[in-house]
Amino acid sequence: MTAMQPGEQRDEVEMLSLMLLIRRFEERASQQYQAQKVGGFCHLYIGQEAVVAGAVAAVRDDDYIITAYRDHAHALARGTSANACMAELFGKETGCSRGLGGSMHFFNRQNHMYGGHAIVGAHVPLAVGLAFAIKYRDEDRVTLCFFGDGAINQGSFHEALNLAALYKLPIVFICENNLFAMGTSVKRSTSLKQIVDRAEGYDIPGEIVDGMNFREVRDKVAEIVDSIRKESHPAFVEVRTYRYRGHSMSDPASYRTKLELEKYRLDDPITRLRAQLTREGKLTNEQFDLLDKRSKEMVLASVKFAEASPQPPIEKLHDFTYADGAKP
Amino acid sequence: MREITYRQALNEALAEELERDPNVFLMGEEVAEYHGAYKVSQGLLERFGPRRIIDTPISENGFAGLGVGAAMVGLRPIIEFMTFSFSLVAFDQVVNNAPNMFTMSGGQFNIPITFRGPNGPAHQLGATHSHATENFYASVPGLKVCTPATPRDAKGLLKTAVRDNNPVLVLEAELLYSSKGMVEPPDEELLIPLGKAEVKREGSDVSVICYAQTVPLALKVAAQLEEEDISAEIVDLRSIKPLDEKAIFDSVAKTHRVVIVEQDHPFCGVGAEVCYRIQRNIFDEIDAPILRVSQEDVPMPYNERLEKAVLPNADKLLAAVKQVCYA
Repeated sequence: MTAMQPGEQRDEVEMLSLMLLIRRFEERASQQYQAQKVGGFCHLYIGQEAVVAGAVAAVRDDDYIITAYRDHAHALARGTSANACMAELFGKETGCSRGLGGSMHFFNRQNHMYGGHAIVGAHVPLAVGLAFAIKYRDEDRVTLCFFGDGAINQGSFHEALNLAALYKLPIVFICENNLFAMGTSVKRSTSLKQIVDRAEGYDIPGEIVDGMNFREVRDKVAEIVDSIRKESHPAFVEVRTYRYRGHSMSDPASYRTKLELEKYRLDDPITRLRAQLTREGKLTNEQFDLLDKRSKEMVLASVKFAEASPQPPIEKLHDFTYADGAKP
Repeated sequence: MREITYRQALNEALAEELERDPNVFLMGEEVAEYHGAYKVSQGLLERFGPRRIIDTPISENGFAGLGVGAAMVGLRPIIEFMTFSFSLVAFDQVVNNAPNMFTMSGGQFNIPITFRGPNGPAHQLGATHSHATENFYASVPGLKVCTPATPRDAKGLLKTAVRDNNPVLVLEAELLYSSKGMVEPPDEELLIPLGKAEVKREGSDVSVICYAQTVPLALKVAAQLEEEDISAEIVDLRSIKPLDEKAIFDSVAKTHRVVIVEQDHPFCGVGAEVCYRIQRNIFDEIDAPILRVSQEDVPMPYNERLEKAVLPNADKLLAAVKQVCYA
């Protein structure tokens, strides 16, 4: 991704291409999981692509992002190669966390992607720490902290929001509300009528955004980030989205109806951005097909790369426990 | 050398490290305007200002996690727990986030953070406020744990912890904050490496292995034993993890008899690990079964007489030493 200048916007066709890459990557990850090439848990992002694409399109490359365990898309959105992502799923040394993290722990230090965190809500204080460091150093970056609707009832989430508001830290809390925390619907988990009201309890400004609409996510996050760069403060966005697949690969999602899923599929974020761009004469069908073909090829190549990559050596097992190589 | 308190020694360590490195900050409950619940951070707010000496609400999970996040981007937080009993509220951050990050990220993110505060039973605080946490934290790969017993060790170990590139827990001894000891003058840099024990008193008949609040106890008992012609060598572990095996083995090879006196509980306690390593590595050097003196395996009672019965004390240690010496 190219570096953005102030006032400049990322190319929408490029962002559509990213959304396609995410979708094709996840489809292929699913297939490889079923083929038992991928171990552990694997949570797919299909249906939610506009959320991360829109949010990342609204910030600079040197802004910090951090998320929970449904993190493949966030790593890809931050320029981690499909190769490094797929290799991580395969547990290979060439993976974005050297095969030591797995699906739920993708990291990319160079591109300011701070994980990949698998304990629900536990990374929200970390995100506040990233934002604290920004303010401590008097920088004009922001932190985007992504989490699901399941995180908002954890104590760590509440403590983090209070600290962010108290210290006026530059952070956008982005709740990817896909309506289900694993199999528990928001209605069954949360005492509020709408999640965004959680922010009000901490005097943090909140917004609701349509997460199936790339432009709406981007424009709202851009507006908030602009305000934060002028004067540091936290903000909260409830992004309403939907995951087409179950919570993880092992979840058939029998707690919701086919009808509900179909309703959201009709509002697919990729189809929608494609239609917007086509209508405005910015994208032809041929161009779209080419983008999709490229995504598929890239992902297919990543599987080959992951297959061919070496296992992390057993001799290095103790090298990644302490930064100084201590072996107590 | 001059004589200062354990509390002053910690205060000097904090001030020197804050002065040396602008990435270092101190955060915790009551550390700034109140000067610390135990006055360890006395005067630091005035000297370094509210940007670097930061009061928090009562949110251990939140501010411990904030510290870990800040450490991901190169700050070097010192997070004070008012007591390590309260660190249990932040257990997820201390155990799951701080030490796992380096591994989970394939070595991309090390976490240079210091968690510090009083640890271990104090006086009649009851079960929730009396936890000795060293054995559970030492069992976590990726954490380092030290337990200073003297003002000199407190200063030297804390300074080293702040400079370490890994999460380090400095478990201060709640009952020793006002104790005094000789420490190098402030213009002399004092760094004590992690993982280095110290023989606090030389002896030839029995090795008493101790740390934190059990060090002054062991020294007191050693003086009593001397009157009975038993020469006890007092080995202060200083760090629980990394553990200084060599110092332990050297002492045991000299005395051939061992008592471990620890402030935690007996089940899976620090002494169990030390005992295992001795028999595994230098079995032939031992002339008597190794004994451990620890807390009783019960939640701490409030009642003063019962509390005393739970804790290691001079009588228990004396009896254990005599037993291993067949005296």
